[in-house]
Amino acid sequence: MKLGIQINEGPYTHEASITALNYCKAALEAGHEIFRVFFYHDGVNNGTRYTTPPQDDRNIVNSWSALAKEHNIDLVVCVAAAQRRGIVDEGEQQRNGKDGNNIAEGFRISGLGQLIEAGIQSERLIVFGD
Amino acid sequence: MSETKKFMYVNRKAPYGTIYAWESLEVVLIGAAFEQDVSLAFIDDGVYQIVKGQNTTELGIKNFSPTYSALGDYDINKIYVEKESLEARGLTVDDLLHLTWEDENEDWAEKDSIKVVSSSELKTLLDDSDVLLNF
Amino acid sequence: MAILHTVNKSPFEKNSLDACVRLAVKGASVLMIEDGVYGAMKGTNKSDVVTGAMGDVSFYVLGPDLKARGIGEDKLIDGIKVVDYSGFVKLTVENDKVQAWL
Repeated sequence: MKLGIQINEGPYTHEASITALNYCKAALEAGHEIFRVFFYHDGVNNGTRYTTPPQDDRNIVNSWSALAKEHNIDLVVCVAAAQRRGIVDEGEQQRNGKDGNNIAEGFRISGLGQLIEAGIQSERLIVFGD
Repeated sequence: MSETKKFMYVNRKAPYGTIYAWESLEVVLIGAAFEQDVSLAFIDDGVYQIVKGQNTTELGIKNFSPTYSALGDYDINKIYVEKESLEARGLTVDDLLHLTWEDENEDWAEKDSIKVVSSSELKTLLDDSDVLLNF
Repeated sequence: MAILHTVNKSPFEKNSLDACVRLAVKGASVLMIEDGVYGAMKGTNKSDVVTGAMGDVSFYVLGPDLKARGIGEDKLIDGIKVVDYSGFVKLTVENDKVQAWL
């Protein structure tokens, strides 16, 4: 089955991101396809490569990047939410005159249409939030 | 678009204390371009999002409540408000924004977009949806 | 067209479990995850939200979240089924759509 995932919260404050990660792993193991993971609201903060969590605990950003790489998953960070919260890729850096970018590997910044499309194209849309 | 799905946007949080209300509305506006069958549900504190008379000047936050009035122009006219949630908060439909749409099939007659529904009606509406978005 | 409802907040913190049960149609499934698993415990003053609805709705709780919080299965309301993440996925597939009560 094709699954769409929406994540509304950032990597650490709420459990949402790690629940979603564990869910996705289980879904992939069961042979399902993750059509897209769409990060909205503070969820965009899952997409920064500048986190340095303690070594003895979860590295959520890296876990998403690794999962995306291994299974070719589309990780999309909402552009409007990202602009508000300072998640920037090279394109956004140029467009908005920023002096750097911070997008993590495997993530891309795109519009809300990608969430709607995930709702249309997936057979199930599962929301993780607060 | 090969198929039309019934999208239900579920709103349960008050405005301004968190950004969910506004960012949820942004999804609705973008989503309008995809020509799906769209409904909005306001439940629990979500009913506060569409209360009239919002004035944010002293907060320094943009008052986005006028944007709900544009929904009719985007062909979004199924706005369900849970009666029990209103009553629990001492509100009636008269406390809410007057949201309307123009029915091109009836000579552009202006109609109300807000439908106050009981929990029992709302549960059926949720059950009939295809995609449920929550914020 | 059955819904899988997920509830991720404690019933003592938010009204999400109450809202879920109020708006779940007969035949639906409710899965308690994250802090929502506290709603699965017996002997609390929220237990009857679940027991009152059990005739109409099937209740599940996510095992890993129970274990994390030190909640033994003996502390759960009778009739709630414990599932793991693969069970969560299965519930998603067996129902038609998911409604997340946040």
